[in-house]
Amino acid sequence: MMSRRLFCTAIAALGLLASTASHAQERFITVASTTSTEQSGLFKHLLPAFEKASGIQVRVVALGTGQALDMARRGDADVVFVHDKAAEEKFVAEGYGVKRQEVMYNDFVVIGPKADPAKAAGKDILEGLRRVEAAKAPFVSRGDKSGTHAAELRYWKAAGVDLDKAKGPWYRDTGSGMGPALNTAASMNAYILADRGTWLSFKNRGELGIVVEGDNKLFNQYGVILVNPAKHPHVKQADGQKFIDWVVSADGQKAIADYRIGGEQLFFPNAKR
Amino acid sequence: MNDFNDPLVTAWQLVAGADARLADIVLLSLRVSITATLIACVAGMPIGALLAVGRFPGRRVLIVLFNGLMGLPPVVVGLLVYLLLSRAGPLGQFGLLFSPTAMVIAQAVLVTPIVAALTRQVIADEWTEYREQLRSLGASRSRAAATLLWDGRFSLSTAALAGFGRAIAEVGAVMIVGGNIDGVTRVMTTTIALETSKGDLPLALALGVILIALVLSINAVAYALRGWAERHWG
Repeated sequence: MMSRRLFCTAIAALGLLASTASHAQERFITVASTTSTEQSGLFKHLLPAFEKASGIQVRVVALGTGQALDMARRGDADVVFVHDKAAEEKFVAEGYGVKRQEVMYNDFVVIGPKADPAKAAGKDILEGLRRVEAAKAPFVSRGDKSGTHAAELRYWKAAGVDLDKAKGPWYRDTGSGMGPALNTAASMNAYILADRGTWLSFKNRGELGIVVEGDNKLFNQYGVILVNPAKHPHVKQADGQKFIDWVVSADGQKAIADYRIGGEQLFFPNAKR
Repeated sequence: MNDFNDPLVTAWQLVAGADARLADIVLLSLRVSITATLIACVAGMPIGALLAVGRFPGRRVLIVLFNGLMGLPPVVVGLLVYLLLSRAGPLGQFGLLFSPTAMVIAQAVLVTPIVAALTRQVIADEWTEYREQLRSLGASRSRAAATLLWDGRFSLSTAALAGFGRAIAEVGAVMIVGGNIDGVTRVMTTTIALETSKGDLPLALALGVILIALVLSINAVAYALRGWAERHWG
């Protein structure tokens, strides 16, 4: 019987070991955000400054904009920090968000093979896309209802390309985040629409480079919204609002402007104060 | 191309440098998966033993069910647990989503059928061997199940290890219910997925090397312990 007792003690000890939760900070908010802000490293740069100033831990769940808004609709986030103005305004109009505030912008770029077989290079996003379509050059789409995907679809429409008809083997709908989609594009030497931040921090570039940039239409605005406590009473209204107030404050805006990769600024603060 | 050399160097540097963040991630992985495996053993082993020795209607259906559920897709388990724990879901009031607890729940659901099905196999073999003996002693079926569980404890460690292997290796479920939050719910597999997304393939592979080495060491230790225990207590 001794052995059985020992055995049980060993199991119990293992259980105790497993349950010793390293006590996480109790005061926190959950922010639903996009893969571009997380994967570009912005949050890693930005959040420690806020946490130090406020004592509130920010837990970021990084998804596509569409998914992030859905997560907030279910009440699983306190704040959303995303980049699809139309979807954000709809979110607020439906009563899920309190108020949309603009925080910062960066821009989209078209990434493609440096050899540019479709001759899409230039400043004009619409002309570039038309040429990719005309050449039936491989193009990778996010296809995941993210902010970048929504922007891509808007550009195709504005370029007068009816994707439903034009779609063929050249158009690869990957249904994946910015990083995985860039990995796919790098391995197939395809064109792809990306946000500049993710591209700058992306390492597996293969033969790809920036093909189209600098068009005013490529402007990419980020907004921040407090989830409506009237819809979801458990939303941490005070702490969530503190975070929003901070990112649009002079300190927060400066922290955003200070974030650089290889000397290049990734996000440009433009909150209205 | 040295796609496979760099990661080994990077992996060694990460381990040798005793990176504190990496240590936290590894410890969280172990904590979540060990807890989930223990829960799965507590739930799954009695189920497996009863399926092996019991005689009740629907037993065969249950056996097939548990064997089939060994192949539960982690992403589906993740989604189900997400919908349960989401604020809009039935268990939303507890606010468990995006916590290590949520990850333990998802992995326990994933692993219980594996432990139950493998336990049933082990106990069924023992039952064939000791059936007459146990009956002659007048043991009831539930008493027999308990005896066989104890008797087969060393063989059953394989069931527990198989369950643990599944838990620590999966990414689909913990990604959804944990949210891969830095410093809170980021584990080895979700870190590897994130680094792959960032295109840092050497770092991702280096972390993979560390994960595999970790799982191998745990199995080696378990194997050695089992041998030692069998000699001393067997």
